[in-house]
Amino acid sequence: MGLRRVLDDLEPHFHEGGRFSKFYALYEAVDTIFYSPSKITVSQPHVRDGIDLKRVMITVWIAAFFPMFYGMANLGYQANSAILNLGLAGTGDWHEAIISLVAGHNPESLWDNMIYGAAHYVPIYFVVFVVGGFWEVLFAIKRKHEINEGFFVTSILFTLILPPDIPLWQAALGISFGIVIGKEVFGGTGKNFLNPALTARAFLYFAYAPQMSGDSVWTAVDGFSGATALSQMASDGLPVIAAATGEVLTWSDAFFGQMQGSIGETSTFAILLGGALLLITRIASWRTMVGVFLGMAATATLFNVIGSDTNPHFATPWYWHAVVGGFAFGMVYMATDPVSSSMTNTGKWFYGALIGFMTIIIRVVNPAYPEGIMLAILFANLFAPLIDFSVVRANINRRRSRGVI
Amino acid sequence: MTSAKEVVFKPLFDNNPIALQILGVCSALAVTTQLSVTLVMCIALTSVTAFSNLFISMIRNYMPSSIRIIVQMTIIASLVIAVDQFLQAFAYEISKSLSVFVGLIITNCIVMGRAEAFAMKNPPVLSFLDGIGNGLGYSFVLIVVAVFRELLGSGSLLGYEILPLVSNGGWYQGNGLMLLAPSAFFIIGLFVWVLRSVRTEQVESAEFRIAPHAAHSREGAF
Repeated sequence: MGLRRVLDDLEPHFHEGGRFSKFYALYEAVDTIFYSPSKITVSQPHVRDGIDLKRVMITVWIAAFFPMFYGMANLGYQANSAILNLGLAGTGDWHEAIISLVAGHNPESLWDNMIYGAAHYVPIYFVVFVVGGFWEVLFAIKRKHEINEGFFVTSILFTLILPPDIPLWQAALGISFGIVIGKEVFGGTGKNFLNPALTARAFLYFAYAPQMSGDSVWTAVDGFSGATALSQMASDGLPVIAAATGEVLTWSDAFFGQMQGSIGETSTFAILLGGALLLITRIASWRTMVGVFLGMAATATLFNVIGSDTNPHFATPWYWHAVVGGFAFGMVYMATDPVSSSMTNTGKWFYGALIGFMTIIIRVVNPAYPEGIMLAILFANLFAPLIDFSVVRANINRRRSRGVI
Repeated sequence: MTSAKEVVFKPLFDNNPIALQILGVCSALAVTTQLSVTLVMCIALTSVTAFSNLFISMIRNYMPSSIRIIVQMTIIASLVIAVDQFLQAFAYEISKSLSVFVGLIITNCIVMGRAEAFAMKNPPVLSFLDGIGNGLGYSFVLIVVAVFRELLGSGSLLGYEILPLVSNGGWYQGNGLMLLAPSAFFIIGLFVWVLRSVRTEQVESAEFRIAPHAAHSREGAF
């Protein structure tokens, strides 16, 4: 128990009157990474469980590695294919200096693709982690609450829903907005009514539209332009062309993520692997996920039946909606956020279905936004407390009518 | 008896109509994209509030209580029409960009609120000064919001380029959110946050308390 002794020796310095008493939150965060807290609750409610918020959040963080690693490889594959097809020399910006040290631009080589992806993704993640961590620690010290691992999740999820070309200062600004305005002003983790990662992305989406939408940001090659699968569907319907290779995008390509897009959102397969981990560990709610899926499928089918002569997107079937854009990522990682989603089991069905419904409405009917899942989840976040309230009221009324209460 | 100085300066920080009473927020969202438009709106609202307070206070003792709101509205509406006509005559471009928001001063809660809460109970000169003071409190917040929105959104102030935009060959990437009305909410919110951190007496008491999560260490429980 050497480590325990080191931590115990350090502890007095962080207590009231100690040299580092201001930084107690930091000590507490490190301590609880290694050891379960020895505290027991003395007031209700008592929950007897081995898992705490820290373990919940770390599990989500690990689950996000599936789309992250796939996303890096795919980012490199898409960019290297585009470089090959256009006959370019490289990325055309500062990333090239790093990539050329250890790798080339062969889209067939997993090594080249991973290095290319890492050269783009790691700086974004580093900036987001440092800047977001700064705000988290600052508020923990000032407001005297614990440093929460929710921030690990927020930062990795936020980076995975960014376009690969995002300027680093925008990533820093986005996470600052998400952490401070989306979470800390309401009192920190557990009191935020919006998903902080999506709040951060929504901020960037409206503030810096040229870097967050359009045709030129989804493949990390300077000057490359290609419409995403979703925007092609919105304008011309199926089939769609994969931007990097110029070939028709098959459904299985889309499912496994062989297309351009936000870093971690392309591969529905990798996302479902992470989702499976979340479901097996019972971290995420299967009710929410199924609710989102059913809401999406029902609404998409409804539009198929209605049909439209002028809008080809009406005809897009549900199994295409499920694999393009950010739908899968939003369903698995964003909608299931335990803080901002509905709390009641019945409420989770309604909450999920509302997200699925709104996603398709925004995608198909609103011409201004090709993707709808981000706004749909934020919208449903606002309704989550109302849904819970209604579920609880309905339950009370149902029992009262039976004469039980 | 409240003093003239108190009446004019208290609404700036201590009892700000926007930041403390949260009144008149709609126009604060709508007219703050450009600083020049905001300044005109501030002058218009301040003069309407001041003069409506003055006139209402003058006739306050002859006004039957049952129809006082109608009388107040008539006075305020006449003043707003006068201001609107004046702007159309002398500042047509700005009057165009203010569009309906000059007319909507009639419904601005600050004007009605001061008439009802102050002018009905105080002599004319003091009421006039109260109108000026509340107009200044409103103007102060609006100008702060407009400075941030125009500077960060368009890179300029009063139309003069401060931060050269990327689209004009400069280095500053305009923040599109600042050109949308919701950004004013965020700026007003941050303004209220800063103000209440300094003037802690303005912090409202919580509507309910979350029960403290009491926990203590077990002896030797590792």
